[in-house]
Amino acid sequence: MLTPDEWTAVLLTLGVAARSVAFGLPVAVGLAWLLARGRFPGKAVLDALVHLPMVLPPVVVGWLLLLLLGVRGPVGAWLHDWFGVRLVFTTEGAALACAAMSLPLMVRAVRLSIEAIDPGLEQAARTLGAGRLDRFMTITLPLALPGVLSGAIVGYVASLGEFGAVITFAANIPGETQTLPLAIYSALQSPNGEETAAKLALVSIGLALVGLGAAEWAGRRARAAVGQRP
Amino acid sequence: MIEFSLRHQFPGGPALAIDFVAPDGATALFGPSGAGKSSVVGVIAGLFTAQAARVVVDGEVLTDTFRRIHVPVERRRLGLVFQEARLFPHMSVRKNLMYGFTRAPAGEIGFDDVVELLGIAALLERRPHTLSGGERQRVAIGRALLAQPRLLLMDEPLASLDAARKAEILPYLARLKQALALPIVYVTHALDEVYAIADTLVLLEGGQVRAAGPLAEVTSRGDVPLAARDDAGAVLEARVAEHHPARQLSLLRAGPLALWVPLVAGSLGTRLRVRIPAREVILATEAPQGISLHNVLPVLVVAVSEDQARHTAMVELGSGEVRLLARITPDAVARLGLLPGKPVLALVKSMSVDRVG
Repeated sequence: MLTPDEWTAVLLTLGVAARSVAFGLPVAVGLAWLLARGRFPGKAVLDALVHLPMVLPPVVVGWLLLLLLGVRGPVGAWLHDWFGVRLVFTTEGAALACAAMSLPLMVRAVRLSIEAIDPGLEQAARTLGAGRLDRFMTITLPLALPGVLSGAIVGYVASLGEFGAVITFAANIPGETQTLPLAIYSALQSPNGEETAAKLALVSIGLALVGLGAAEWAGRRARAAVGQRP
Repeated sequence: MIEFSLRHQFPGGPALAIDFVAPDGATALFGPSGAGKSSVVGVIAGLFTAQAARVVVDGEVLTDTFRRIHVPVERRRLGLVFQEARLFPHMSVRKNLMYGFTRAPAGEIGFDDVVELLGIAALLERRPHTLSGGERQRVAIGRALLAQPRLLLMDEPLASLDAARKAEILPYLARLKQALALPIVYVTHALDEVYAIADTLVLLEGGQVRAAGPLAEVTSRGDVPLAARDDAGAVLEARVAEHHPARQLSLLRAGPLALWVPLVAGSLGTRLRVRIPAREVILATEAPQGISLHNVLPVLVVAVSEDQARHTAMVELGSGEVRLLARITPDAVARLGLLPGKPVLALVKSMSVDRVG
Protein backbone atom coordinates (compact mmCIF):
# COMPACT_ATOMS: atom_id res chain seq x y z
CA MET A 1 0.00 0.00 0.00
CA LEU A 2 1.91 3.03 1.28
CA THR A 3 5.69 3.27 0.97
CA PRO A 4 7.74 4.01 4.11
CA ASP A 5 8.17 7.62 2.96
CA GLU A 6 4.44 8.00 2.53
CA TRP A 7 3.83 6.51 5.96
CA THR A 8 6.28 9.01 7.40
CA ALA A 9 4.25 11.86 5.92
CA VAL A 10 0.97 10.45 7.28
CA LEU A 11 2.31 9.94 10.81
CA LEU A 12 4.04 13.32 10.77
CA THR A 13 0.76 14.96 9.77
CA LEU A 14 -1.11 13.31 12.65
CA GLY A 15 1.62 14.39 15.08
CA VAL A 16 1.72 17.96 13.81
CA ALA A 17 -2.07 18.27 14.05
CA ALA A 18 -2.03 16.90 17.61
CA ARG A 19 0.64 19.41 18.63
CA SER A 20 -1.28 22.18 16.90
CA VAL A 21 -4.33 21.43 19.04
CA ALA A 22 -2.18 21.12 22.16
CA PHE A 23 -0.71 24.61 21.54
CA GLY A 24 -3.83 26.23 20.19
CA LEU A 25 -6.70 24.93 22.29
CA PRO A 26 -5.72 26.41 25.69
CA VAL A 27 -5.14 29.76 23.98
CA ALA A 28 -8.44 29.41 22.13
CA VAL A 29 -10.36 28.65 25.35
CA GLY A 30 -8.83 31.68 27.07
CA LEU A 31 -9.59 33.97 24.13
CA ALA A 32 -13.11 32.56 23.75
CA TRP A 33 -13.82 33.25 27.43
CA LEU A 34 -12.50 36.80 27.16
CA LEU A 35 -14.57 37.45 24.05
CA ALA A 36 -17.72 35.81 25.42
CA ARG A 37 -17.72 37.16 28.96
CA GLY A 38 -15.15 39.91 29.17
CA ARG A 39 -15.89 43.62 29.12
CA PHE A 40 -12.75 45.59 28.37
CA PRO A 41 -11.59 48.30 25.99
CA GLY A 42 -10.16 46.91 22.76
CA LYS A 43 -12.40 43.86 22.71
CA ALA A 44 -13.39 44.55 19.10
CA VAL A 45 -9.71 44.79 18.14
CA LEU A 46 -8.94 41.47 19.83
CA ASP A 47 -11.93 39.90 18.10
CA ALA A 48 -10.65 41.11 14.72
CA LEU A 49 -7.09 39.91 15.43
CA VAL A 50 -8.36 36.45 16.36
CA HIS A 51 -10.29 36.22 13.11
CA LEU A 52 -7.45 37.57 10.96
CA PRO A 53 -5.95 34.16 9.98
CA MET A 54 -9.34 33.19 8.55
CA VAL A 55 -9.40 36.06 6.06
CA LEU A 56 -5.70 36.52 5.32
CA PRO A 57 -3.95 34.40 2.69
CA PRO A 58 -2.25 31.56 4.61
CA VAL A 59 1.05 32.52 3.00
CA VAL A 60 0.80 35.92 4.66
CA VAL A 61 0.16 34.30 8.05
CA GLY A 62 3.22 32.08 7.52
CA TRP A 63 5.33 35.06 6.55
CA LEU A 64 4.14 37.10 9.56
CA LEU A 65 5.08 34.18 11.80
CA LEU A 66 8.46 34.12 10.12
CA LEU A 67 8.96 37.85 10.79
CA LEU A 68 7.92 37.41 14.42
CA LEU A 69 9.42 34.05 15.29
CA GLY A 70 12.28 33.69 12.84
CA VAL A 71 15.73 33.57 14.47
CA ARG A 72 16.10 37.27 13.72
CA GLY A 73 12.50 38.17 14.64
CA PRO A 74 11.82 39.92 17.97
CA VAL A 75 10.28 36.91 19.66
CA GLY A 76 12.26 34.30 17.76
CA ALA A 77 15.61 35.88 18.61
CA TRP A 78 14.67 35.99 22.28
CA LEU A 79 13.58 32.34 22.27
CA HIS A 80 16.78 31.36 20.48
CA ASP A 81 19.15 33.34 22.70
CA TRP A 82 17.61 32.42 26.04
CA PHE A 83 16.25 28.94 25.52
CA GLY A 84 18.03 27.72 22.42
CA VAL A 85 14.63 27.16 20.84
CA ARG A 86 14.32 27.49 17.11
CA LEU A 87 10.85 27.17 15.61
CA VAL A 88 11.41 27.87 11.91
CA PHE A 89 11.93 24.77 9.76
CA THR A 90 10.97 22.40 12.62
CA THR A 91 8.05 20.08 13.32
CA GLU A 92 7.03 22.38 16.21
CA GLY A 93 7.10 25.29 13.81
CA ALA A 94 4.80 23.43 11.43
CA ALA A 95 2.45 22.74 14.35
CA LEU A 96 2.56 26.39 15.37
CA ALA A 97 1.67 27.49 11.84
CA CYS A 98 -1.27 25.06 11.89
CA ALA A 99 -2.34 26.32 15.31
CA ALA A 100 -2.31 29.94 14.13
CA MET A 101 -4.43 29.05 11.12
CA SER A 102 -6.97 26.95 13.03
CA LEU A 103 -7.20 29.31 16.02
CA PRO A 104 -10.22 31.26 14.68
CA LEU A 105 -12.14 28.00 14.16
CA MET A 106 -11.36 26.78 17.68
CA VAL A 107 -12.13 30.14 19.31
CA ARG A 108 -15.44 30.31 17.45
CA ALA A 109 -16.56 26.84 18.55
CA VAL A 110 -15.63 27.44 22.20
CA ARG A 111 -17.00 30.97 22.25
CA LEU A 112 -20.39 29.88 20.95
CA SER A 113 -20.71 27.25 23.63
CA ILE A 114 -19.64 29.68 26.39
CA GLU A 115 -22.15 32.23 25.15
CA ALA A 116 -24.86 29.56 25.27
CA ILE A 117 -24.30 29.09 29.02
CA ASP A 118 -26.85 30.91 31.16
CA PRO A 119 -24.83 33.62 32.98
CA GLY A 120 -27.28 33.05 35.84
CA LEU A 121 -25.48 29.78 36.59
CA GLU A 122 -22.15 31.55 37.02
CA GLN A 123 -23.92 34.15 39.14
CA ALA A 124 -25.44 31.41 41.29
CA ALA A 125 -21.99 29.84 41.75
CA ARG A 126 -20.72 33.25 42.76
CA THR A 127 -23.35 33.65 45.48
CA LEU A 128 -22.35 30.18 46.70
CA GLY A 129 -18.83 31.42 47.36
CA ALA A 130 -16.97 30.51 44.17
CA GLY A 131 -14.32 32.99 43.00
CA ARG A 132 -13.55 33.77 39.36
CA LEU A 133 -11.15 30.92 38.57
CA ASP A 134 -13.24 28.49 40.64
CA ARG A 135 -16.35 29.40 38.66
CA PHE A 136 -14.51 29.03 35.39
CA MET A 137 -13.15 25.60 36.27
CA THR A 138 -16.29 24.15 37.86
CA ILE A 139 -19.13 25.77 35.89
CA THR A 140 -18.07 27.50 32.68
CA LEU A 141 -15.49 25.04 31.38
CA PRO A 142 -17.47 21.83 32.05
CA LEU A 143 -20.59 23.34 30.51
CA ALA A 144 -18.59 24.55 27.50
CA LEU A 145 -17.14 21.06 27.06
CA PRO A 146 -19.14 20.25 23.91
CA GLY A 147 -17.72 23.37 22.28
CA VAL A 148 -14.19 22.70 23.54
CA LEU A 149 -14.35 19.18 22.14
CA SER A 150 -15.73 20.18 18.79
CA GLY A 151 -13.23 23.03 18.67
CA ALA A 152 -10.41 20.55 19.29
CA ILE A 153 -11.62 18.21 16.57
CA VAL A 154 -12.26 20.96 14.01
CA GLY A 155 -8.84 22.40 14.83
CA TYR A 156 -7.24 18.98 14.41
CA VAL A 157 -8.90 18.32 11.08
CA ALA A 158 -8.07 21.80 9.80
CA SER A 159 -4.45 21.31 10.85
CA LEU A 160 -4.25 18.10 8.80
CA GLY A 161 -4.88 20.14 5.67
CA GLU A 162 -2.93 23.33 6.32
CA PHE A 163 -0.58 24.18 3.46
CA GLY A 164 0.36 27.79 2.87
CA ALA A 165 1.35 28.82 6.38
CA VAL A 166 3.29 25.62 6.99
CA ILE A 167 5.32 25.75 3.79
CA THR A 168 6.13 29.44 4.33
CA PHE A 169 7.09 29.24 8.00
CA ALA A 170 8.42 25.69 8.32
CA ALA A 171 9.38 24.86 4.71
CA ASN A 172 8.91 21.50 3.01
CA ILE A 173 11.34 19.13 4.72
CA PRO A 174 10.43 15.42 4.44
CA GLY A 175 10.15 13.80 7.88
CA GLU A 176 10.34 17.21 9.59
CA THR A 177 7.70 19.53 8.23
CA GLN A 178 6.37 17.79 5.14
CA THR A 179 2.76 17.07 6.11
CA LEU A 180 0.24 15.42 3.77
CA PRO A 181 -0.71 18.47 1.71
CA LEU A 182 2.95 19.35 1.27
CA ALA A 183 3.77 15.78 0.31
CA ILE A 184 0.93 15.75 -2.22
CA TYR A 185 2.16 19.03 -3.68
CA SER A 186 5.72 17.67 -3.95
CA ALA A 187 4.49 14.48 -5.55
CA LEU A 188 2.55 16.45 -8.14
CA GLN A 189 5.70 18.42 -8.94
CA SER A 190 7.74 15.26 -9.71
CA PRO A 191 7.37 13.43 -13.08
CA ASN A 192 5.93 10.13 -11.82
CA GLY A 193 4.22 11.34 -8.67
CA GLU A 194 0.60 10.94 -9.77
CA GLU A 195 0.16 7.62 -7.97
CA THR A 196 1.67 8.83 -4.72
CA ALA A 197 -0.45 11.99 -4.85
CA ALA A 198 -3.61 9.94 -5.40
CA LYS A 199 -2.87 7.60 -2.49
CA LEU A 200 -2.08 10.46 -0.14
CA ALA A 201 -5.16 12.34 -1.28
CA LEU A 202 -7.29 9.29 -0.46
CA VAL A 203 -5.71 9.15 3.02
CA SER A 204 -6.50 12.85 3.45
CA ILE A 205 -10.11 12.35 2.50
CA GLY A 206 -10.38 9.36 4.86
CA LEU A 207 -8.87 11.30 7.78
CA ALA A 208 -11.17 14.27 7.18
CA LEU A 209 -14.26 12.03 7.15
CA VAL A 210 -13.18 10.21 10.31
CA GLY A 211 -12.54 13.59 11.95
CA LEU A 212 -15.93 14.97 11.07
CA GLY A 213 -17.65 11.79 12.27
CA ALA A 214 -15.71 11.94 15.53
CA ALA A 215 -16.75 15.58 16.00
CA GLU A 216 -20.40 14.67 15.62
CA TRP A 217 -20.17 11.70 17.99
CA ALA A 218 -18.15 13.55 20.64
CA GLY A 219 -20.52 16.50 20.48
CA ARG A 220 -23.48 14.25 21.23
CA ARG A 221 -21.73 12.54 24.12
CA ALA A 222 -20.55 15.81 25.61
CA ARG A 223 -23.95 17.47 25.39
CA ALA A 224 -25.52 14.50 27.14
CA ALA A 225 -22.86 14.68 29.86
CA VAL A 226 -23.67 18.29 30.68
CA GLY A 227 -27.37 17.59 30.91
CA GLN A 228 -28.51 19.00 27.60
CA ARG A 229 -30.69 17.16 25.17
CA PRO A 230 -28.48 15.53 22.54
CA MET B 1 -30.98 42.62 61.57
CA ILE B 2 -30.60 44.27 58.19
CA GLU B 3 -30.23 47.99 57.63
CA PHE B 4 -30.91 48.91 54.05
CA SER B 5 -30.67 52.17 52.19
CA LEU B 6 -30.68 52.77 48.43
CA ARG B 7 -30.71 55.78 46.14
CA HIS B 8 -30.53 55.19 42.43
CA GLN B 9 -31.67 56.97 39.30
CA PHE B 10 -31.98 54.77 36.22
CA PRO B 11 -31.17 56.74 33.08
CA GLY B 12 -34.53 57.77 31.66
CA GLY B 13 -36.21 55.48 34.16
CA PRO B 14 -37.57 55.55 37.69
CA ALA B 15 -35.77 56.91 40.71
CA LEU B 16 -35.36 54.58 43.67
CA ALA B 17 -35.30 55.87 47.23
CA ILE B 18 -35.72 52.88 49.51
CA ASP B 19 -34.81 52.63 53.19
CA PHE B 20 -35.89 50.03 55.69
CA VAL B 21 -34.74 48.07 58.70
CA ALA B 22 -35.57 44.39 58.77
CA PRO B 23 -35.51 42.80 62.23
CA ASP B 24 -34.72 39.10 62.62
CA GLY B 25 -37.27 36.71 61.20
CA ALA B 26 -38.75 36.82 57.74
CA THR B 27 -39.17 40.15 55.96
CA ALA B 28 -41.32 40.24 52.85
CA LEU B 29 -40.79 42.90 50.21
CA PHE B 30 -44.11 43.22 48.47
CA GLY B 31 -45.04 45.37 45.52
CA PRO B 32 -45.98 45.41 41.86
CA SER B 33 -43.35 44.88 39.18
CA GLY B 34 -41.27 48.00 38.70
CA ALA B 35 -41.51 48.85 42.39
CA GLY B 36 -37.78 48.30 42.85
CA LYS B 37 -37.90 44.90 44.55
CA SER B 38 -35.30 43.26 42.33
CA SER B 39 -32.95 46.22 42.70
CA VAL B 40 -33.13 45.79 46.47
CA VAL B 41 -32.18 42.11 46.14
CA GLY B 42 -29.40 42.98 43.70
CA VAL B 43 -27.93 45.56 46.05
CA ILE B 44 -28.09 43.26 49.11
CA ALA B 45 -26.49 40.42 47.15
CA GLY B 46 -23.84 42.75 45.72
CA LEU B 47 -24.82 41.93 42.14
CA PHE B 48 -26.09 45.43 41.39
CA THR B 49 -23.97 48.50 42.06
CA ALA B 50 -26.22 51.44 42.85
CA GLN B 51 -25.29 55.09 42.80
CA ALA B 52 -25.70 55.24 46.58
CA ALA B 53 -26.39 52.30 48.84
CA ARG B 54 -25.71 51.00 52.30
CA VAL B 55 -26.29 47.44 53.42
CA VAL B 56 -25.51 46.28 56.95
CA VAL B 57 -26.28 42.70 57.95
CA ASP B 58 -25.94 41.86 61.64
CA GLY B 59 -23.57 44.77 62.16
CA GLU B 60 -21.30 43.96 59.23
CA VAL B 61 -21.17 46.54 56.47
CA LEU B 62 -21.48 44.75 53.11
CA THR B 63 -22.05 47.80 50.95
CA ASP B 64 -21.43 51.44 51.68
CA THR B 65 -20.93 53.53 48.57
CA PHE B 66 -20.10 56.58 50.68
CA ARG B 67 -17.21 54.79 52.39
CA ARG B 68 -16.37 52.85 49.22
CA ILE B 69 -17.07 49.49 50.82
CA HIS B 70 -18.23 46.69 48.57
CA VAL B 71 -17.75 43.14 49.80
CA PRO B 72 -17.53 40.89 46.70
CA VAL B 73 -20.58 38.74 46.03
CA GLU B 74 -18.73 35.49 46.68
CA ARG B 75 -17.64 36.63 50.14
CA ARG B 76 -21.00 37.96 51.37
CA ARG B 77 -22.28 34.57 52.47
CA LEU B 78 -25.88 35.28 51.56
CA GLY B 79 -28.05 32.41 50.38
CA LEU B 80 -29.70 33.60 47.19
CA VAL B 81 -32.67 31.76 45.69
CA PHE B 82 -33.73 33.02 42.28
CA GLN B 83 -37.00 32.78 40.41
CA GLU B 84 -35.47 30.06 38.25
CA ALA B 85 -33.73 27.34 40.25
CA ARG B 86 -30.41 27.81 38.38
CA LEU B 87 -29.21 24.31 39.28
CA PHE B 88 -25.95 23.29 37.65
CA PRO B 89 -27.07 20.96 34.83
CA HIS B 90 -23.84 18.95 34.70
CA MET B 91 -24.02 17.91 38.37
CA SER B 92 -26.27 15.58 40.30
CA VAL B 93 -28.60 17.00 42.93
CA ARG B 94 -26.12 15.90 45.60
CA LYS B 95 -23.23 17.75 43.93
CA ASN B 96 -25.40 20.81 43.50
CA LEU B 97 -26.16 20.76 47.22
CA MET B 98 -22.49 20.28 48.08
CA TYR B 99 -21.29 23.15 45.88
CA GLY B 100 -21.76 25.88 48.45
CA PHE B 101 -21.33 23.51 51.41
CA THR B 102 -17.72 22.62 50.55
CA ARG B 103 -16.83 26.26 49.90
CA ALA B 104 -18.32 27.63 53.12
CA PRO B 105 -16.72 27.54 56.56
CA ALA B 106 -18.21 24.79 58.72
CA GLY B 107 -21.54 25.93 60.10
CA GLU B 108 -24.61 24.82 61.93
CA ILE B 109 -26.68 23.79 58.94
CA GLY B 110 -26.12 20.08 58.30
CA PHE B 111 -26.50 18.24 55.01
CA ASP B 112 -28.86 15.59 56.36
CA ASP B 113 -31.01 18.16 58.16
CA VAL B 114 -31.56 20.18 55.00
CA VAL B 115 -32.27 17.09 52.90
CA GLU B 116 -34.83 15.98 55.50
CA LEU B 117 -36.35 19.44 55.92
CA LEU B 118 -36.93 19.88 52.20
CA GLY B 119 -37.88 16.26 51.49
CA ILE B 120 -35.27 15.77 48.76
CA ALA B 121 -33.60 12.56 49.97
CA ALA B 122 -35.02 10.58 47.06
CA LEU B 123 -33.67 13.05 44.50
CA LEU B 124 -30.00 13.12 45.50
CA GLU B 125 -28.59 11.06 42.63
CA ARG B 126 -30.78 12.58 39.93
CA ARG B 127 -29.86 15.18 37.36
CA PRO B 128 -31.61 18.58 37.50
CA HIS B 129 -33.28 18.20 34.10
CA THR B 130 -35.19 15.16 35.35
CA LEU B 131 -36.80 17.08 38.24
CA SER B 132 -40.14 18.87 38.32
CA GLY B 133 -40.24 22.63 38.79
CA GLY B 134 -41.16 22.33 42.46
CA GLU B 135 -38.43 19.77 43.15
CA ARG B 136 -35.85 21.96 41.44
CA GLN B 137 -36.79 24.94 43.55
CA ARG B 138 -36.55 22.86 46.74
CA VAL B 139 -33.06 21.73 45.74
CA ALA B 140 -32.12 25.34 44.99
CA ILE B 141 -33.28 26.38 48.45
CA GLY B 142 -31.29 23.53 49.99
CA ARG B 143 -28.20 24.50 48.02
CA ALA B 144 -28.46 28.09 49.26
CA LEU B 145 -28.97 26.96 52.87
CA LEU B 146 -25.98 24.62 52.82
CA ALA B 147 -23.67 27.49 51.90
CA GLN B 148 -24.17 28.45 55.59
CA PRO B 149 -25.56 31.90 54.79
CA ARG B 150 -26.13 34.54 57.43
CA LEU B 151 -29.20 35.64 55.49
CA LEU B 152 -31.48 33.87 53.05
CA LEU B 153 -32.42 36.11 50.16
CA MET B 154 -35.31 34.86 48.04
CA ASP B 155 -36.22 36.70 44.84
CA GLU B 156 -39.73 35.60 43.81
CA PRO B 157 -38.79 31.96 44.34
CA LEU B 158 -42.26 30.65 43.55
CA ALA B 159 -43.24 33.05 40.77
CA SER B 160 -42.52 30.62 37.94
CA LEU B 161 -44.48 27.75 39.51
CA ASP B 162 -48.15 26.93 39.02
CA ALA B 163 -50.56 27.03 41.95
CA ALA B 164 -50.20 23.32 42.76
CA ARG B 165 -46.38 23.41 42.82
CA LYS B 166 -46.53 26.56 44.90
CA ALA B 167 -48.83 24.93 47.43
CA GLU B 168 -46.32 22.05 47.56
CA ILE B 169 -43.41 24.32 48.50
CA LEU B 170 -45.02 26.85 50.85
CA PRO B 171 -45.23 24.42 53.80
CA TYR B 172 -41.51 23.62 53.36
CA LEU B 173 -40.71 27.32 53.56
CA ALA B 174 -42.78 27.71 56.70
CA ARG B 175 -41.02 24.69 58.26
CA LEU B 176 -37.64 26.02 57.30
CA LYS B 177 -38.39 29.30 58.96
CA GLN B 178 -39.33 27.50 62.17
CA ALA B 179 -36.41 25.08 62.12
CA LEU B 180 -33.56 27.46 61.30
CA ALA B 181 -33.12 30.71 63.09
CA LEU B 182 -32.09 32.36 59.86
CA PRO B 183 -33.18 35.84 58.79
CA ILE B 184 -35.04 35.74 55.48
CA VAL B 185 -35.67 38.50 52.96
CA TYR B 186 -38.44 37.37 50.69
CA VAL B 187 -39.41 39.25 47.54
CA THR B 188 -42.80 38.56 46.05
CA HIS B 189 -45.84 40.00 44.38
CA ALA B 190 -48.11 37.21 45.73
CA LEU B 191 -49.95 37.97 48.96
CA ASP B 192 -50.50 34.33 49.94
CA GLU B 193 -46.72 33.91 50.17
CA VAL B 194 -46.48 37.03 52.32
CA TYR B 195 -49.10 35.70 54.74
CA ALA B 196 -47.48 32.28 54.94
CA ILE B 197 -43.95 33.50 55.58
CA ALA B 198 -43.53 37.13 56.58
CA ASP B 199 -43.11 38.50 60.09
CA THR B 200 -42.27 41.94 58.77
CA LEU B 201 -43.80 43.46 55.67
CA VAL B 202 -42.22 46.19 53.55
CA LEU B 203 -44.60 47.62 50.94
CA LEU B 204 -42.81 49.00 47.89
CA GLU B 205 -44.37 51.06 45.16
CA GLY B 206 -42.84 53.30 42.50
CA GLY B 207 -39.35 52.95 43.96
CA GLN B 208 -40.36 53.97 47.48
CA VAL B 209 -41.33 52.32 50.74
CA ARG B 210 -45.03 52.96 51.25
CA ALA B 211 -45.28 51.18 54.59
CA ALA B 212 -43.12 48.91 56.72
CA GLY B 213 -43.67 47.12 60.00
CA PRO B 214 -44.97 43.90 61.56
CA LEU B 215 -47.25 41.99 59.18
CA ALA B 216 -50.39 42.40 61.32
CA GLU B 217 -49.80 46.12 61.63
CA VAL B 218 -49.23 46.85 57.94
CA THR B 219 -52.09 44.65 56.72
CA SER B 220 -54.56 46.37 59.05
CA ARG B 221 -53.81 49.91 57.95
CA GLY B 222 -56.47 51.59 55.83
CA ASP B 223 -54.11 54.10 54.23
CA VAL B 224 -51.65 51.83 52.38
CA PRO B 225 -51.88 50.46 48.82
CA LEU B 226 -52.75 47.03 50.21
CA ALA B 227 -56.02 48.38 51.60
CA ALA B 228 -57.10 49.50 48.12
CA ARG B 229 -57.09 45.92 46.87
CA ASP B 230 -60.33 43.95 46.59
CA ASP B 231 -58.84 41.27 48.81
CA ALA B 232 -57.68 43.68 51.54
CA GLY B 233 -57.92 42.27 55.02
CA ALA B 234 -56.16 42.31 58.36
CA VAL B 235 -53.87 39.47 59.42
CA LEU B 236 -54.07 38.48 63.09
CA GLU B 237 -51.58 36.49 65.13
CA ALA B 238 -53.73 34.11 67.17
CA ARG B 239 -53.38 31.15 69.53
CA VAL B 240 -55.60 28.11 69.88
CA ALA B 241 -57.43 28.64 73.20
CA GLU B 242 -60.12 25.96 73.32
CA HIS B 243 -61.28 22.95 71.34
CA HIS B 244 -64.97 21.94 71.40
CA PRO B 245 -65.12 18.69 69.46
CA ALA B 246 -68.81 18.15 70.22
CA ARG B 247 -69.70 21.49 68.62
CA GLN B 248 -66.97 21.08 66.00
CA LEU B 249 -65.58 24.46 66.92
CA SER B 250 -62.28 25.87 68.13
CA LEU B 251 -61.79 29.15 69.94
CA LEU B 252 -58.85 31.31 68.89
CA ARG B 253 -57.59 34.29 70.83
CA ALA B 254 -55.87 37.27 69.24
CA GLY B 255 -55.11 39.77 71.99
CA PRO B 256 -58.43 40.58 73.65
CA LEU B 257 -60.46 39.22 70.73
CA ALA B 258 -61.97 35.71 70.72
CA LEU B 259 -62.75 34.07 67.41
CA TRP B 260 -64.85 30.95 66.91
CA VAL B 261 -63.75 28.93 63.91
CA PRO B 262 -64.48 25.43 62.59
CA LEU B 263 -62.42 22.87 64.56
CA VAL B 264 -58.70 23.25 63.74
CA ALA B 265 -55.85 20.82 64.24
CA GLY B 266 -53.14 21.74 66.73
CA SER B 267 -52.84 21.55 70.47
CA LEU B 268 -53.89 24.35 72.80
CA GLY B 269 -51.48 27.25 72.62
CA THR B 270 -50.51 26.59 68.99
CA ARG B 271 -49.80 29.81 67.13
CA LEU B 272 -51.96 30.40 64.09
CA ARG B 273 -52.08 33.23 61.63
CA VAL B 274 -55.55 34.14 60.38
CA ARG B 275 -56.81 36.71 57.96
CA ILE B 276 -60.18 38.41 57.96
CA PRO B 277 -61.09 39.94 54.57
CA ALA B 278 -62.31 43.51 55.01
CA ARG B 279 -65.34 43.05 52.79
CA GLU B 280 -66.58 40.15 54.96
CA VAL B 281 -66.83 42.25 58.14
CA ILE B 282 -70.20 43.73 59.13
CA LEU B 283 -70.41 46.58 61.62
CA ALA B 284 -73.31 46.97 64.06
CA THR B 285 -74.17 49.22 66.99
CA GLU B 286 -76.35 46.57 68.66
CA ALA B 287 -75.81 42.82 68.94
CA PRO B 288 -78.09 41.01 66.48
CA GLN B 289 -80.44 38.28 67.79
CA GLY B 290 -81.38 34.95 66.24
CA ILE B 291 -78.44 34.78 63.85
CA SER B 292 -76.03 32.02 62.79
CA LEU B 293 -73.11 34.30 63.54
CA HIS B 294 -70.58 33.30 66.24
CA ASN B 295 -68.22 36.21 66.37
CA VAL B 296 -69.50 39.53 67.73
CA LEU B 297 -66.35 41.49 68.51
CA PRO B 298 -66.45 44.68 70.58
CA VAL B 299 -64.04 47.15 68.97
CA LEU B 300 -63.41 50.88 68.63
CA VAL B 301 -63.33 52.80 65.36
CA VAL B 302 -59.74 53.94 64.81
CA ALA B 303 -60.02 55.66 61.46
CA VAL B 304 -62.33 55.91 58.46
CA SER B 305 -61.11 56.55 54.93
CA GLU B 306 -63.34 56.88 51.93
CA ASP B 307 -62.47 55.59 48.47
CA GLN B 308 -64.23 58.11 46.22
CA ALA B 309 -63.62 56.14 43.05
CA ARG B 310 -65.22 52.96 44.30
CA HIS B 311 -67.84 54.49 46.54
CA THR B 312 -66.64 52.46 49.49
CA ALA B 313 -65.20 53.26 52.88
CA MET B 314 -62.44 51.47 54.78
CA VAL B 315 -62.91 51.42 58.55
CA GLU B 316 -59.93 50.61 60.76
CA LEU B 317 -61.02 48.99 64.01
CA GLY B 318 -59.07 48.27 67.14
CA SER B 319 -59.22 46.36 70.35
CA GLY B 320 -56.10 46.76 72.43
CA GLU B 321 -53.19 46.14 70.08
CA VAL B 322 -55.26 44.13 67.62
CA ARG B 323 -56.49 45.76 64.44
CA LEU B 324 -59.22 44.80 61.97
CA LEU B 325 -60.34 46.27 58.66
CA ALA B 326 -63.94 46.55 57.46
CA ARG B 327 -64.97 47.70 54.02
CA ILE B 328 -68.52 49.10 54.03
CA THR B 329 -70.50 51.72 52.14
CA PRO B 330 -70.13 55.42 52.90
CA ASP B 331 -73.86 55.38 53.50
CA ALA B 332 -73.44 52.87 56.33
CA VAL B 333 -70.66 55.02 57.80
CA ALA B 334 -73.09 57.95 57.90
CA ARG B 335 -76.05 55.94 59.23
CA LEU B 336 -74.07 54.45 62.10
CA GLY B 337 -72.22 57.70 62.74
CA LEU B 338 -68.82 56.00 62.62
CA LEU B 339 -66.21 58.39 63.90
CA PRO B 340 -62.83 57.62 65.45
CA GLY B 341 -63.27 56.53 69.07
CA LYS B 342 -66.81 55.20 68.68
CA PRO B 343 -67.40 51.71 70.07
CA VAL B 344 -69.00 49.29 67.58
CA LEU B 345 -69.48 45.57 67.14
CA ALA B 346 -67.60 43.82 64.33
CA LEU B 347 -69.55 40.81 63.07
CA VAL B 348 -67.32 38.12 61.56
CA LYS B 349 -68.59 34.80 60.23
CA SER B 350 -66.53 31.81 61.32
CA MET B 351 -66.29 30.91 57.64
CA SER B 352 -64.66 34.26 56.89
CA VAL B 353 -61.68 33.60 59.15
CA ASP B 354 -59.01 32.27 56.76
CA ARG B 355 -56.12 30.41 58.21
CA VAL B 356 -53.01 31.61 56.35
CA GLY B 357 -50.13 30.20 58.35
